[in-house]
Amino acid sequence: MGLTVAFWIMAVVIIAAALAVVFLRNVFRAALALVLCFIAVAGIYLTLSADFLAAVQILVYVGAISVLIILAVMMTREVQQGSPHNKLEIPACIVAAVLLGLLIYSVTATPWRIAAESPLSPTTIPLAAKLFSEHGFILPVEIAATLLLAAILGAIVIAREKEK
Amino acid sequence: MTIGLEHYLILSAVLFCIGLFGALTKRNAVIILMCIELMLNAVNISLVAFSSYIVPLLLTGQVFAIFVMVVAAAEVAVGLAIVLAIFRGLADIDTNNINLMKW
Repeated sequence: MGLTVAFWIMAVVIIAAALAVVFLRNVFRAALALVLCFIAVAGIYLTLSADFLAAVQILVYVGAISVLIILAVMMTREVQQGSPHNKLEIPACIVAAVLLGLLIYSVTATPWRIAAESPLSPTTIPLAAKLFSEHGFILPVEIAATLLLAAILGAIVIAREKEK
Repeated sequence: MTIGLEHYLILSAVLFCIGLFGALTKRNAVIILMCIELMLNAVNISLVAFSSYIVPLLLTGQVFAIFVMVVAAAEVAVGLAIVLAIFRGLADIDTNNINLMKW
């Protein structure tokens, strides 16, 4: 019962915050709505008993990515005239609505094989075993580390002031 | 009424379509990056829902969600650096006016 109430609250907050991101005129307020949406997604992870992912969501999205986005909003502030739509508004609305209809139809028409077991409750130790064990995901972890290093170097090189 | 897998998947679909609509229609490059983050979050919700309803003892979906987060962090860092570089060169981040490489 409590899980049901929590799910509906989080779902309403997520949808409202996402609509605010798309439709608010002020870019800074849209960024704050995005932060609210990230926090509610962390709550959704908690209702799915994914506690480690909820913590990572708070740390990475609310802590780091939103700070980066707000920094970019601040750096590009003086020429912003709100966040207007372009001419594609009606075709994009049709595309999004058709895709939503297809997704909802396929989700409700598919007979999902729901497992009988309840999910693992503290997920941190099994996740670490999964990620770092020999028969787990150790190679993708190493590749992800390389990707992050390349992204850091690329971001520094691109965003740096060129010395004259 | 209990919450099932379909509820999470439909929530994820709605969030994805809102993000898609925003990414297609907005003219501010920072807002477009924010909408892409919304779409990545929608995908993560469905991955975690599949993980805890279909294979609750394997956690494969959660591992995938972690990798999606890694790629999202890399993407937003490089994307915002590109936006700042464009702003420094053109003094504008309106995607209608960034047409230097348009044929």
